[in-house]
Amino acid sequence: MALAFDEYGRPFIILREQESKSRLRGLDAQKANIAAGVAVSRILRTSLGPKGMDKMLQSPDGDITITNDGATILEQMDVDNQIGKLMVELSRSQDYEIGDGTTGVVVLAGALLQQSEKLLERGIHPIRVAEGFEISSRIAVDHLEKIAHKFDFSATNIEPLVQTCMTTLSSKIVNRCKRSLAEIAVKSVMAVADLERKDVNLDLIKVEGKVGGKLEDTELIYGIVVDKDMSHPQMPKQIEDAKIAILTCPFEPPKPKTKHKVDIDTVEKFQTLRKQEQKYFDDMVQRCKDVGATLVICQWGFDDEANHLLMHRNLPAVRWVGGVELELIAIATGGRIVPRFQELTPEKLGKAGLVREKAFGTTKDRMLYIEHCANSKAVTVFIRGGNKMMIEETKRSIHDALCVARNLIRNNSIVYGGGAAEISCSIAVEAAADKYPGVEQYAIRAFADALDSVPMALAENSGLQPIETLSAVKAQQIKENNHCCGIDCNDTGTNNMREQNVFETLIGKQQQILLATQVVKMILKIDDVISPSDY
Amino acid sequence: MAVEKLFKDEATEEKGERARMASFVGAMAIADLVKTTLGPKGMDKILQSTGRGHSVTVTNDGATILKSLHIDNPAAKVLIDISKVQDDEVGDGTTSVVVLAGELLREAEKLVGSKIHPMTIISGYRMAADCARRALLDRVKDNKDDADKFRSDLMRIAMTTLSSKILSQDKEHFAKLAVDAVMRLKGSTNLESIQIIKKAGGSLKDSFLDEGFILDKKIGLGQPKRIENANILVANTAMDTDKVKIYGARVRVDSMAKVAQIEGAEKEKMREKVQKIIGHGINCFVNRQLIYNFPEELFADAGILAIEHADFDGIERLALVTGGEIASTFDNPESVKLGHCKLIEEIMIGEDKLIHFSGVEMGQACTIVLRGASFHVLDEAERSLHDALCVLSQTVNDSRVLLGGGWPEMVMAKAVDELARKTPGKKSHAIEAFSRALIAIPTTIADNAGLDSAELVAQLRAEHHKEDSNAGIDVITGSVGDMSELGISEAFKVKQAVLLSATEAAEMILRVDEIITCAPRRREDRM
Repeated sequence: MALAFDEYGRPFIILREQESKSRLRGLDAQKANIAAGVAVSRILRTSLGPKGMDKMLQSPDGDITITNDGATILEQMDVDNQIGKLMVELSRSQDYEIGDGTTGVVVLAGALLQQSEKLLERGIHPIRVAEGFEISSRIAVDHLEKIAHKFDFSATNIEPLVQTCMTTLSSKIVNRCKRSLAEIAVKSVMAVADLERKDVNLDLIKVEGKVGGKLEDTELIYGIVVDKDMSHPQMPKQIEDAKIAILTCPFEPPKPKTKHKVDIDTVEKFQTLRKQEQKYFDDMVQRCKDVGATLVICQWGFDDEANHLLMHRNLPAVRWVGGVELELIAIATGGRIVPRFQELTPEKLGKAGLVREKAFGTTKDRMLYIEHCANSKAVTVFIRGGNKMMIEETKRSIHDALCVARNLIRNNSIVYGGGAAEISCSIAVEAAADKYPGVEQYAIRAFADALDSVPMALAENSGLQPIETLSAVKAQQIKENNHCCGIDCNDTGTNNMREQNVFETLIGKQQQILLATQVVKMILKIDDVISPSDY
Repeated sequence: MAVEKLFKDEATEEKGERARMASFVGAMAIADLVKTTLGPKGMDKILQSTGRGHSVTVTNDGATILKSLHIDNPAAKVLIDISKVQDDEVGDGTTSVVVLAGELLREAEKLVGSKIHPMTIISGYRMAADCARRALLDRVKDNKDDADKFRSDLMRIAMTTLSSKILSQDKEHFAKLAVDAVMRLKGSTNLESIQIIKKAGGSLKDSFLDEGFILDKKIGLGQPKRIENANILVANTAMDTDKVKIYGARVRVDSMAKVAQIEGAEKEKMREKVQKIIGHGINCFVNRQLIYNFPEELFADAGILAIEHADFDGIERLALVTGGEIASTFDNPESVKLGHCKLIEEIMIGEDKLIHFSGVEMGQACTIVLRGASFHVLDEAERSLHDALCVLSQTVNDSRVLLGGGWPEMVMAKAVDELARKTPGKKSHAIEAFSRALIAIPTTIADNAGLDSAELVAQLRAEHHKEDSNAGIDVITGSVGDMSELGISEAFKVKQAVLLSATEAAEMILRVDEIITCAPRRREDRM
């Protein structure tokens, strides 16, 4: 009790306003937490796999998101429950680290929680359960390492990468043209990848979307697409062999940081000031012209006068370009971002083979394409689609595919998808369980059961008999000693995932198991929940 | 143990069947709402805004109707979105796309009811949509090489588009207007250069296309009302007082005399500017910003026509038409490109005075003057004309043409039906359903025209059983007729966009099995 007695024996309350706080302790707390975690994972369970369903989310402002991506669903849900929030975090960290498998990790955590509830009811101490899970997660991760396949790819042979990306995309709404999207994703990653260092900077891939057209029109542009147009309607719409000045200073007279006043008290001063002002504009434009720039990209706006001068000197310009885009343009064209006109030199100009403005649809929508850049290490994936939600969902799917391709470049090990890896791990964990004396044995067995729940959910979502299918596949794996057997979600007639070309990355799977175990351990260790009451 | 509360207050969650029902019901309600506006005999809707003045819009345009609705149902929002995109992308078919998506969902609901999994329905729909698109591609006509035929194609498309709108009475007249205007664009889809001016009064028939450019402005006092062989300087510059742009500058004076001096200097500066402008050798000056009385007077003295406060689009268009550049500085008169036109004069349309530029250099831009009895009529006429212009400009780029009057739907339905018969498995139900949804469009057109839709559609179906039939619904006589003889055509691009977006939207809604609604943000005075 949160009650203590002072030296006179009068009771006083340690927790302030104790009555108004709700408090759960002991087994009740654990059970409530487990229930909350399971509830969250149940929401995501139906989204798993190629036949998984989507969720429609309405934001507080009434905007609609339709998605299949676990991390997005959880992020946009108004989860209030503390444990629910932990699950959201879990999915998010998988998203940050790996980018894919955000649904799977939550489903696995939910299954682990469900199993642990049974163990708790038997009177096993939560810490022992947590330890058991920890041991088994290590077994599973080691086992994954064993069954993983290295596969070879090179800059010319990207087929294996495409296959893996297709597995990722097949669970999304874009699976209609997963082949072309997977190719786009892989090509763009290969374009920016540093194969020697095995590193990929995903920031160099820009994903831009525009409603209208169809999904098949989605294209990869070796260059940058900026959602801006030329500052003056009469500037040329196409520039070949452009030399680009990238500026972060406005075409305006300078604004010193220190406070100052220029006092005008005579007519002469008034006139010199005016001359000075005109000279400013002239100088700025002239300087750009002098260094040989044929296109000016500016982070700020310019005055009408400057605009006209630029136009007059035949120097096309783009204004209000965002900082991130500016950086990308600088990287792509090999130019330097110039903060002051005085520092503008010919070496700092970026080069692009072709800059053109392209119009879309019937409204005045124009975009600027910067192509054939000096440094082709920045690419843009330009998505078209029937409506806004479709574009958003495609963006998320492409992001997932990009992440998968990146992970493969970092580490080219794969495991087989379709639940095959989970089943194989489950068998390995189950077998290992008997070797452990003590209570942990039960926890390890429970872990094996929890691993089964992922293929089970896959089978359920695909309209198959979950238990029947799972046991059949499991038996087959043991009998043939073949860890490629998984759930045949697409009804192709074979459950050999190697033949179906369903791959997942090794690090993705390992991360899923480790993260899920960690979160479950954390939840199990909580035995007291104190929450302020509503006010 | 049940979880007490997972979500925040007021956040709701709907699952499985209920979620699906909610989205089906919402989507179908929207489809039914706009359904009656489909086709040449479709009815209009009155929209009353909730803003001040409760302004009223009468329209037949699906996108306009849907844009003005306050919708809470998430699935319905998806449909509104596709209609909006259709409007932006091809301009027409905004009603059809919603109706088709609604019908697809209605059919899907029945299939779900008979225990077919949504994923199966989706894969069936995809196959069907693909097949339907191919069927259309097989039957398209392309008259790009034959200029005369192409023009008549455009006329037909324009007339078909306009026939469902308020302009249907004078559709030939307007179709000609629209085709002329679009042909002047020479392949560009930039409809900005077609200006539409609305003037109440007169009848719709009095609307006309002007080859020149009309600016809805008055000529300054005491300035010439008519200029021949005009040199025009189009500018965007401040003609009130030039602000000092150097930061932190201010005027500080210590005596009244100084004030007068400064004022004089200011005036001198403006006079200098005006002199510079006049130095360009112009006799007409059009500025985007205000022109104060003082410079205006100076212009008048020099016999220059000065027009102030032309809106930005107007300026851009004028620059485009006259071939001048938009200037903001005036120090290098020799290199500024001036615009030219043969004649500038003040004309009267109805009771308003407008400035008319004729004999312009570049023929891209033109002006359509709409006349009509009331503002509502004019607004609706503008929307209709806009639709027609959009479709035409798209057709100029993609010149493939189909017949209209429910013909494309029947062609697609026939191909899809055949596919259904060949496909084994549950998917074939979904494919069949797709063809039923396609047929719903001619059915709706017939229903809206007060015809016996069941009879007509059955006849149409029989007609289409023959090879290469051109049969469609002739709403005017109320029978099945030959669409190529009646001259009813539609653009392939529009039909394809309708088909693809509707399928995509239906697919999206079908895939959803859970709706989570966040607590709405608190807002005052929310409808």
